Amino acid sequence: MRLSTKSATLLVLALLIVATPFFFPSAYYYRVGALVFVNGIAVTGLVILTGYAGQISLGHAGFAGIGAYASALGPTHLSLPPSLSVLLGAALSALIAFLVGRPILRLKGYYLAVATLGFGILVSMVLANESGITGGPDGVQVAELGLRDLLASLGLKLKAPVFWYAFSGVVLLVGAWLALNLYDSPTGRALRALHGSEVAAKTVGVDVPRVTLQAFVISAVYASVAGSLLALQNRFVTPDIAGYMYSIELVTMAVFGGAGSVFGAIFGAGILTLLPQALTFLAEYEQLMLGLIMVLVMIFMREGLVPSALRLIRGRGA
Amino acid sequence: MPELMQFLLSGATVGAVYALVALGFTIIYNASDIVNFAQGEFVMLGGMITVFAHMAGLPLPLAALLAIVVTAAIGVALNKLAIEPARGAPVVSLIIITIGASIFIRGAAQLVFDKQLHRFPAFSGDDPIAVLGATILPQSLWVIAGALAVFIGLWLFFTKTLTGLAVLATSNNRLAAQLVGINTSWVMTLSFALSAGIGALAGVLVTPITLTRYDVGIALALKGFAAAMLGGMGSPHGALVGGILLGLLEALTAGYISSQYKDAAAFIVILAVLFAMPQGIFGAKRTERV
Repeated sequence: MRLSTKSATLLVLALLIVATPFFFPSAYYYRVGALVFVNGIAVTGLVILTGYAGQISLGHAGFAGIGAYASALGPTHLSLPPSLSVLLGAALSALIAFLVGRPILRLKGYYLAVATLGFGILVSMVLANESGITGGPDGVQVAELGLRDLLASLGLKLKAPVFWYAFSGVVLLVGAWLALNLYDSPTGRALRALHGSEVAAKTVGVDVPRVTLQAFVISAVYASVAGSLLALQNRFVTPDIAGYMYSIELVTMAVFGGAGSVFGAIFGAGILTLLPQALTFLAEYEQLMLGLIMVLVMIFMREGLVPSALRLIRGRGA
Repeated sequence: MPELMQFLLSGATVGAVYALVALGFTIIYNASDIVNFAQGEFVMLGGMITVFAHMAGLPLPLAALLAIVVTAAIGVALNKLAIEPARGAPVVSLIIITIGASIFIRGAAQLVFDKQLHRFPAFSGDDPIAVLGATILPQSLWVIAGALAVFIGLWLFFTKTLTGLAVLATSNNRLAAQLVGINTSWVMTLSFALSAGIGALAGVLVTPITLTRYDVGIALALKGFAAAMLGGMGSPHGALVGGILLGLLEALTAGYISSQYKDAAAFIVILAVLFAMPQGIFGAKRTERV
């Protein structure tokens, strides 16, 4: 029996999520694992935008910031429960992506890169400057999600790190499943067609502006949800989450693992999240390494680690 | 009125720096169609190397010269090690390569130098000169004069010298340039050296006013890009005018609207220009070949 890429990806992901905790020496590892999953969610969104549709965004941390601050400010300013605040953040990100995406996505290449970069920086600037609402550069406390208490009242008591590990893992699986479904859907095919050649896609009747906008909005929602989850598990958020560096890190994770494949991108998120944690004694070299990885991967493995490795293996087998 | 004059003077100073960064972008963009996001790091290197060479006992002019030469060499290395091996890569890959290179240079600067703010003495003292009720630092005049000199030098280079014409030929059509015997790989080396040297010069000129640190490059690269785009990508006088305009706009935003949002001015300009006139003020209209 041959598994489809979709089932194989989901199966491997699920196995990894369930099995790795057996090797965790301490609760700290659950936190790191949850962080991998959160980055994995945001990066899966970038797979849809960059991997499928071939559009670059250097401003997706802006959407993560919107999601994070929605979950932080919804409960305090609008007295919404945190869970609804997450949805509000996702809806707000989708709306902003829709409004901003329409003009921005007419741009190509460098112009698109700089326009999205500018968008992300504007978001982080607003979050840092409007301290009356957002708490300013020092950040703001985030309320408890409440789901853990609900589970406890049902008899399932989980420690916070374990809960967040499991919850982020489930959200990542759902996100990956949706992204993989999209791949084979008519929209997914249209996106991949325009990635190959925009002109060719147009000639066969793809509504290019509409499908790129769809990809942009969907990827913004992924980033927003990731931002919300990050804020909720840290119980604290600062404007850094919307910053330039986080946008760049997300893109690097995606292209490092392989922006064209959901599993590859999540793998890239895993490696680049774990690396700084494992090499804390090399903390000074973090930027140096990140930059070097970006350059080397783009020169030697343009498709990213996982697709290049798979090609190598398949090439040998054939 | 003196208030407005003050904003205009400080805007022109900052604008001259943006113009220098934008000129650096323009040279590389013209030779290779690549937007080098590491352009701001050249400015940082120019300032930092001068600071440390001066601290090590070198006289200021020698330290500045050393900084420009070393930065130009780093520019050439960037081209040879990161850009040339990736020739023909899609734009997304090239964007990631130059951003990666900028992060790498920043990381290296933080290790080789330090994370502190630095400056060195201004070239002609720090006594402000009164102009129409406002004041200007002598160093600001150096910055503005430097930008103008570089612009005129580049203009002469690109219109009057054979080498300059070879660069223009390469930018117009790489293959055709090769066919008439132009060594295009040497043109690329030259462009990166020139662009990095100009960036370093900007760093040398402005450090006594704005100070420098390992991470000043990102913001400058973005502003320089905004300036280049405002003037029209690939046009040297566009870069000059775009830079000065952006500097003025920022100074006026800071003065009359909000200093917190002065950096937002650049990005709002980028977005507005992109939507209203994507080819900028002086840019040539480009059509995409299919």
